[in-house]
Amino acid sequence: MKLKKILPQFLTLLFIVLIFGFFTMNAQENMDTRGIEFGFGFLKQEASFDIQFSLIDYDGSKSYARAYLVGLLNTLLVSVIGIVLCTILGVVIGVARLSPNYLINKTASVYIEFFRNIPLLLQIFFWYFAALRALPMPEDASLLLGTSYMTIKGLYTPAPIWNNFDVFLISLIISLIIIFFFNRYAKRKQEEAGIQYPKFLISLGIFLIIPALTFIFGGVDLQWSFPELKQLAKTSFTYEGGVGIPPELIALTLALTLYTATFIAENVRAGIQGIGKGQKEAAASIGLTPGQVLKLVIMPQALRIIIPPTTNQYLNLTKNSSLAAAIAYPDLVLVFAGTAMMQTGRAIEIVAITMATYLTISLSISLFMNWYNKSIAIKEK
Amino acid sequence: MSKVNLLKPNKENINLFLGLGVLFFTLGILDFYLNNFYEKNITGFLPGFISFFTPLIFGMIGLHFVRIEFSGIKKLDELNKNINTSNFNAALSFSIILLLIFSIPPLLNWFIFDANIAGDTKEACTGGGACWVYIKVWFNRFMYGMYPNAEQWRVNATFIIVLVFMGLGYFFPLRFKKYLTLYYVIFLPIISFLLIYYLISGGEFGLEWVETGAWGGLSLTFIVSFFSLIFCFPIGMMLALGRRSDLPVVKYSSLTFIEFWRGVPLITVLFMSAVMFPMFLPDGTYVDKLIRVIAAIVLFEAAYTAEVIRGGLQALPRGQYDAAKSLGMGYWRLHLLVILPQALKLVIPGIANTFLALVKDTPLIFVVGLLELAGMLGLAKTNPKWLGFSMEGYVFAGIIFWIICYSMSKYSYNLELKYKTDR
Repeated sequence: MKLKKILPQFLTLLFIVLIFGFFTMNAQENMDTRGIEFGFGFLKQEASFDIQFSLIDYDGSKSYARAYLVGLLNTLLVSVIGIVLCTILGVVIGVARLSPNYLINKTASVYIEFFRNIPLLLQIFFWYFAALRALPMPEDASLLLGTSYMTIKGLYTPAPIWNNFDVFLISLIISLIIIFFFNRYAKRKQEEAGIQYPKFLISLGIFLIIPALTFIFGGVDLQWSFPELKQLAKTSFTYEGGVGIPPELIALTLALTLYTATFIAENVRAGIQGIGKGQKEAAASIGLTPGQVLKLVIMPQALRIIIPPTTNQYLNLTKNSSLAAAIAYPDLVLVFAGTAMMQTGRAIEIVAITMATYLTISLSISLFMNWYNKSIAIKEK
Repeated sequence: MSKVNLLKPNKENINLFLGLGVLFFTLGILDFYLNNFYEKNITGFLPGFISFFTPLIFGMIGLHFVRIEFSGIKKLDELNKNINTSNFNAALSFSIILLLIFSIPPLLNWFIFDANIAGDTKEACTGGGACWVYIKVWFNRFMYGMYPNAEQWRVNATFIIVLVFMGLGYFFPLRFKKYLTLYYVIFLPIISFLLIYYLISGGEFGLEWVETGAWGGLSLTFIVSFFSLIFCFPIGMMLALGRRSDLPVVKYSSLTFIEFWRGVPLITVLFMSAVMFPMFLPDGTYVDKLIRVIAAIVLFEAAYTAEVIRGGLQALPRGQYDAAKSLGMGYWRLHLLVILPQALKLVIPGIANTFLALVKDTPLIFVVGLLELAGMLGLAKTNPKWLGFSMEGYVFAGIIFWIICYSMSKYSYNLELKYKTDR
């Protein structure tokens, strides 16, 4: 009887140990014959390659560790933008999918069926190599919304120039803390005494007024630098001032957003449809307005259905952002698993670091979402 | 004729309101049409901002007049119910109509009316539309990659034979029906492998040997997806069972395996198979690139399949396990005869989605230098004789993939309906 339990476990363990042992032994041997030593010391060496687009200060004289950081930040940047945009688009499309209006409903479903059935890589290629290449050269670009230029070399928009930005940032954080405590207070008051405050309006007010005060008293100053056309050579133009967003980033965010939004839209639709009709009718019959029905009855329940699959989509989006390597957007995979590996030849260490990084990101997003999911789950008494 | 209240269209003045409505509606469309296709702004005398929105305003007024409750005209009532219930709805509907007018004619022009299909050089493309000549010339490359032209019949023959063997399952006599699963899970993969090995790869029976590096195009997409599908299913099933096992070692090793593969992007897994894996093998061993890629995709997708199957296992009521155990069934008989048949039925849509994701992931194999359809497009667009046709290429590939994926998802939906058992 005991044997029946021990034998399979023993065999599994043996299998794992044998496989790992075999691989490590071979790796050891291979590295010995090639004279490579395992270790992470190379991270401190000078990287000596340039990266097109970087959020932090970087040039070829910085270390590989710094290059890794640049790649990681670029990955996070594209993921965060993508997550925010695809949530907005996904919710809009998901609600549109439930609209009684025939045209809106059909448009939404055509959108979903169209974008979810084409490989993401193909969509990225399409935006980058076909659609964005059709844009004008910098010298022919026309003004967009009075301030920006959309050109083949990317989008040039005005950039904010701050004075005493840290004061502004601190005031933002302070206002968020105040809002947090105010909401807790309001919730307690409502539960104890049944007093309702206009929570949203007051929160918004705090969020706007406190940072605005810093402009008057804190010496915070905001100016905009506008992009201006500048001639480099006879036929070569560029823009100076403002922020230049590279076309790789635009193509990648566009493709990731449009693709992931289809899945989020389906989740939202399923979540709202999953709420029984009786809930809406019961809520309406006790005199709640349609807005209140949505806010107090439907959404809290629908969110419980929507969040778990949506978390998966956020994770997918983050992992899919590694497709950036295909269009040379300098993300983690391209910078680190691509260029840095070519230069150092340290395949094992670099692939391991890259994978570990993605694992960490995935696990932290899923931990956070699990925590959030738990906090809104039904608390059964 | 009763009093006319412009704010509240009613049935008494139906002809007047219908007339007004149609007039404004046409005006809105006309304004938009002239603006966009003939660059004539008939409302140019108004300030720029207002003149920009006039089509929408006209359209909304038109739809407002048409919104007559209980008009007695069936078509009109249906129209109002579907697209015109309130001003907000009317604005949205009209915007969508404008969007369709704006986008469909140029798209049709590009696709069909201005497109070129005759001829076989770049010079044949004179119109402003798509140059399908490009697709026509490169068609063989897109389908078969670098596979030699004279040998392409071998690829076709393999696919046809495999399809025939797949279809044979339908014509099994009733008394052999119980071996059907066996046939599909074991026999068919072996046949396909032998066919691919001897017919596509060649090297024996007087067939010229074609290295896997030359395989490519859509046929490679099929080969990779087919084998990944076949292998990731049993592995995923084992992992799912392992994860639900009572034995701690089995449980946690399955769990770690699944979470690891689900946590990393496929592109890094492919990188691993390309650059890291050879380091892990004895010196001098060479595993073909294609096999390494398929192995990587199988491990990756098996983790996802395992999670889907686990969902099905969890959804089964406990009574099923208890009942089977009380009949004296052991672990394997219990799972093979009672649990898995029911659980797999439950997870058909999930599995189909995983397989769909797998097919959509195949273009990624470009990172290890295998060029399937999307990779071949990349190669074709850098050909100096055919510069500037990337749009046509990607649209073509998009249509092909869309057809494959859409039909797969519709098929899985039908399967779901077919196998639905009410509880």
